[in-house]
Amino acid sequence: MTAVLKHELKIYFRSLTAYIFGAFLLCFVGLGAMVYNIRAGISNFEYTLNFSGIIFALIVPVLTMRVLAEERKQRTDQLLYALPITTTQVVLGKYIALLIMFIIPLGIICIYPVLFDQYGKVSYLTAYGALLAYFFLGAALIAVGVFISSITDSQGFAAGLGIAVILLNYYSVALSQYVSSSAVGSMAALVACGIVLGLLVKFMTGSENIGVLVGGILAAGVMIIYFFNADLFKGLFPKIMTKLSLFRQFNIIVNGVFDLAAIVYFVSVIIFFLFLAVQSLEKRRYN
Amino acid sequence: MITVEHLTKRYGDFTAVNDLSFEIEDGHVYGFLGSNGAGKSTTMNMMTGCLSVTDGHVSIDGHDIFKEPKEAKKLIGYLPEIPPLYMNDTPLEYLKFVAEAKGLKGTEVIRQAEDAMERTGITAMKDRRIAALSKGYKQRVGIAQALLGNPKVIILDEPTVGLDPIQIIDIRNLIKDLGQTHTVILSSHILSEVQAICDRILIISHGRLIAFDTPDNLEKLLTAPNEVSITTDASPEEAKEILSKVEALEEVSFEDADSGYLRANIRTKLDNIYELSAAIFTAFAGSSNKLLEMNLKKADLEEIFIGLTENDGKTVENDEQKEDM
Repeated sequence: MTAVLKHELKIYFRSLTAYIFGAFLLCFVGLGAMVYNIRAGISNFEYTLNFSGIIFALIVPVLTMRVLAEERKQRTDQLLYALPITTTQVVLGKYIALLIMFIIPLGIICIYPVLFDQYGKVSYLTAYGALLAYFFLGAALIAVGVFISSITDSQGFAAGLGIAVILLNYYSVALSQYVSSSAVGSMAALVACGIVLGLLVKFMTGSENIGVLVGGILAAGVMIIYFFNADLFKGLFPKIMTKLSLFRQFNIIVNGVFDLAAIVYFVSVIIFFLFLAVQSLEKRRYN
Repeated sequence: MITVEHLTKRYGDFTAVNDLSFEIEDGHVYGFLGSNGAGKSTTMNMMTGCLSVTDGHVSIDGHDIFKEPKEAKKLIGYLPEIPPLYMNDTPLEYLKFVAEAKGLKGTEVIRQAEDAMERTGITAMKDRRIAALSKGYKQRVGIAQALLGNPKVIILDEPTVGLDPIQIIDIRNLIKDLGQTHTVILSSHILSEVQAICDRILIISHGRLIAFDTPDNLEKLLTAPNEVSITTDASPEEAKEILSKVEALEEVSFEDADSGYLRANIRTKLDNIYELSAAIFTAFAGSSNKLLEMNLKKADLEEIFIGLTENDGKTVENDEQKEDM
């Protein structure tokens, strides 16, 4: 794993991508700091971070798009398969390299609260609590980016899909208000999701039977549960949409509540998507 | 050293590799010979753990490639058909990465990297970006990578494809050199190449193993009769008269040769073609006609290959295979 890690770091320092990532991050956080902390004189650094969170939608996909897609395109994934290292080690090595490239500009941002404290009273507890959550938010989004990169050999597609997914996640809470909160509405939406998942499974495994099976079971399961307890579905779909939003978890912390559950949530997302990335690579071996 | 048992790979309805079983022993250079699409690359990918199997086992020195992948892969150096090179790396950086990934540490990393570069003749290029190297050098970097960690067996998939004649000779010499210290398995669809480098040949066709033997034994295996062609100043009738004294003739055909002479193509079922040529010589010596030219036509690997692969998958029994079973 360290071999992969070192190699990836060499690649990042040699190419422009990581520098662009760092530059944009610093630029946007700097913009937020200028608007909130300097111009408006607000001493809460959390608001700055909240403002700049949206930039992840652009820079995370750009950073992560090549990480596995390029291996597939250049056929260097064959080298990785033939080496005496596990797929998990490969994914972890690449992920940690990405985290390091994220931590570097973040390290610079960590100085800002101290800087602003020279000119006013900044609460270090909330500022650094928010920074920690910001790190986890970024880390979780990077994990999603790694997975998206693992399912394709086109960097462009990975970037595009990444931007779409993160934007959807960002607006998930706002969008949930426009989704039907009635029980029937939620049930219908979940059945539709089940079918879409079935299609995804069919696409990924190449087997129509498994896809139909998965989609069928999910859709049928939802309908059966609805039949037994319709009340369960009242407002369920909007609730799910809200819960799935990574940015919302970050928002909660910004508003002053440092909930450990949020960190656990982020870590779970990281583990889940890295696991999916490993599975995606393993699946390639079957073709 | 490598045991392959009932190796099978199916893609839906299509069977790419069909029940391959063979054993690779230490200290030889093995050749996988087969036309394009025969299943050579698929087999190699499965042997090195890059591709899953539908059925069967591969074990390297007793380690199953899928159950104990780390131990098994440490014993293998693999160069796939398309060299898996990081184009923006220099050869030295690339080899250092592969060395570390193979578990080498500290000064061993640089030492083995430089060793491998020396052996493949790329030391002069060690600081140039791989993307800027010629195909021949890129191939050598690929081979260098396979040498790291001093694996017991080196597997090369079509190592000379796309190279110019001089580069091909260089790579072949390198492979022969490697064969002194490692077990080498290479695949090719070029018969002359396999004949020149390998001392054991496996012929694969349509996913099946149809022959496995030394080049010499494979030549002896030819079931088609051997041929002698002679040029003589005799007329067809005179030639027939003379040849009637020779035994074990299967078929004689005549045609016109240059300058008004006669060519006779003589087929025999004899194992030892020299017996026939001796008999023909003696027959002509005892006559008034002259024997101007005699050509022995031994079956060569090309005919064996075409004959066997057209035979559509009939496995050829031979001593080696019998021993393995």
